[in-house]
Amino acid sequence: MPTLSMLLVVSAALFCIGLLAALSRRHAIFILIGIEMMLAAANLNFIAFWRFGPQPAQPTGIMVAIFAIAIAAAEAAVGLAMVIAVYRHFRTTSVDQLDQLKG
Amino acid sequence: MNTVAFAAVAILTLTAALAAAMLKKLMHAALSFAVMFVGISAFFFLLGAEFVGLVQIFVYVGAVAVLIVFTILLTRHDVEKVRSFNWGGVVVAIAVFGGLVWAISKTKLVSVAPPPIEPITVQRIGELLMTNYVWPLQCVGVLLTAALIGALILVMEEKS
Repeated sequence: MPTLSMLLVVSAALFCIGLLAALSRRHAIFILIGIEMMLAAANLNFIAFWRFGPQPAQPTGIMVAIFAIAIAAAEAAVGLAMVIAVYRHFRTTSVDQLDQLKG
Repeated sequence: MNTVAFAAVAILTLTAALAAAMLKKLMHAALSFAVMFVGISAFFFLLGAEFVGLVQIFVYVGAVAVLIVFTILLTRHDVEKVRSFNWGGVVVAIAVFGGLVWAISKTKLVSVAPPPIEPITVQRIGELLMTNYVWPLQCVGVLLTAALIGALILVMEEKS
């Protein structure tokens, strides 16, 4: 029987892989993928704490997860639209080359 | 929730996540990303949150993964050129993971086994969305509309 700690470790691993993708890769789409991964890890935590919590009959964790998914979808749509707009303007999606604001 | 299923889903999800983060080809990474979300939905099914698992599959595998693939195809000329990798991120990620695992192992958790519950039906979720959570629901509706309009305006062709 898996315990809450095991679920939390899996979710922490998922969060750190997302952090790795967001920090290490220089392609804008990879950064968005990493952010989505971190959001999914947070959702997993919400559901795990709801299921193992003292009042699982009250589906608060489910509600928070549903709203988080909706907001993550909106964020992904706007983020990818920004990637396309930046690509049209600068002809690149590498975040290292987008340094026009650097002093 | 049995241990074998949990271990299988955990291995699938984490492998797909690592593949999505590390693969050189962007298209392969996007497909691993979709597999990872199927794995997370399997976790939700195992934990008894069937509705959230289905929503996750619809939204992420059905919409966000397709959106990412479209973006990759629209910005394709550039994809192969971006190869650099920042190893500082690996150090930060491992350090954060170590800290989180240390904190989890030190914490005394309230309950060990999940208490038995009757399944949360879609009817119950719908009733709650229309009563207790009606204001958050309206706000999310406004947010999604604004995001839709904003995304459309961002990608509209500029008329010169």
